[in-house]
Amino acid sequence: MLKKRIIPVLLLRNGRMVKGKHFTDYRDTGDPVSAARIYNAQKADELAFIDIDASQEGRKALFDTVEAAAKECFMPLTVGGGVQSVDDIRQLLNSGADKVLINTSLYGRPELVAEGAQRFGTQCIVAGIDVRFEQGGYQLYANCGKRTESISLADHIRRLDTLGAGEFFINSIDRDGTMEGYDDDLLRTAVSLTRRPIIACGGAGNFQHLADALELGAHAAACASLFHFGDNNPIRARSFLKNKGIPVKAC
Amino acid sequence: MIGIVDYGMGNLHSVYNSLSYLGFESRLFSAPEETRSFDRVILPGVGAYASAMENLQTAGFVEALRDYAASGRPLLGICLGMHLLSSLGTEPEPTEGLDIIKGKVDIMPASPDVQLPHVGWNSLDPTRTHPLFKGARPGVDYYFVHSYCYTTERQEDALTTTTYGETVFTSSVARDNIVGFQFHPEKSQAAGLRLLENFCMWDGSC
Repeated sequence: MLKKRIIPVLLLRNGRMVKGKHFTDYRDTGDPVSAARIYNAQKADELAFIDIDASQEGRKALFDTVEAAAKECFMPLTVGGGVQSVDDIRQLLNSGADKVLINTSLYGRPELVAEGAQRFGTQCIVAGIDVRFEQGGYQLYANCGKRTESISLADHIRRLDTLGAGEFFINSIDRDGTMEGYDDDLLRTAVSLTRRPIIACGGAGNFQHLADALELGAHAAACASLFHFGDNNPIRARSFLKNKGIPVKAC
Repeated sequence: MIGIVDYGMGNLHSVYNSLSYLGFESRLFSAPEETRSFDRVILPGVGAYASAMENLQTAGFVEALRDYAASGRPLLGICLGMHLLSSLGTEPEPTEGLDIIKGKVDIMPASPDVQLPHVGWNSLDPTRTHPLFKGARPGVDYYFVHSYCYTTERQEDALTTTTYGETVFTSSVARDNIVGFQFHPEKSQAAGLRLLENFCMWDGSC
């Protein structure tokens, strides 16, 4: 039976790992390669590296981090941040990524999903969508929460699904860093719009939050604060979920 | 020395990285005449069957790999590399394979609860014992990512099966000195490294 996944998220800025709240107020949370090493020892199901720094130095640090992590983390690595072309995808895959997360450029150029999927397979294209609940509806944001987009959540998901996105990484800006739980209504909506796997992100503060997201149909629960700021780790998360009857990886 | 066939299909470095982590010397190679110089050979790969066979053909690897397989030394195919051991592939059009373990590779049968590709952690049900699974914990999960699967002509060549939704498919094949894994041992943490370590110490006999 296919298992549900727990994915620690490592946000990168200038080669350091950071964590913020509502996509601002970032604080330093350490060295990403050391963190990856620890998550590997704790047998996380997958790791997501997301670079929020668009500078040239930041890009280089991202490649170095992924390359270093790939040398000792023997699990799937999802990497994103500033991906604009098939060549960007290729470079990330060559540095050790197994999947590439694309977000902002999919508003202006959704066909990048099809180009990437055709070249490298649908399984390695993950579409990232950042969402805020505003005026009774879901507002999509690009550029790390700085630019609003006019397309609706439903139209964007359906369009990317048709173009061949392998998975959807749904991040709630409202819940980001709050540790108050995922936006379950948002996740339910996303799950109802596509049969592709939904990765929940934004708001996990305890293991029950992970269980809630996975029980409503998300395939994977991504989290950062939960593991950064407490005595929690993927091993304990898995045993909690297993006791709840949720299928998780045995290792 | 372990040879990793470099034929332009996907990220070969993760296989190389996992072998160095385990302390085994390996080398990526792209010259077919070198094949016979290795004690063990790994055929990795990600991508489509037809273009992979075309790459092997163009590089002159088809005969080299068949000769190597007949030498009795260990050969391991991973994911697409496992598929290429078969007689025939259908991705995207019918294509002859290396024909080292007789069988056919086709798209996984669809069922309502099956979404392709099959991506994530899943377990193996062994049909028999094998030196590569020595010390492997029963019931543990391995990392899969694929849409096509291998059906062997001889039932005894199917070493493990895996269940996805209602579908049961062959997740490892083995015959004599040849083994193929549908999952990625190099991405399956301790469980996967254990199988790679067994391969690196295996003499090819069963």
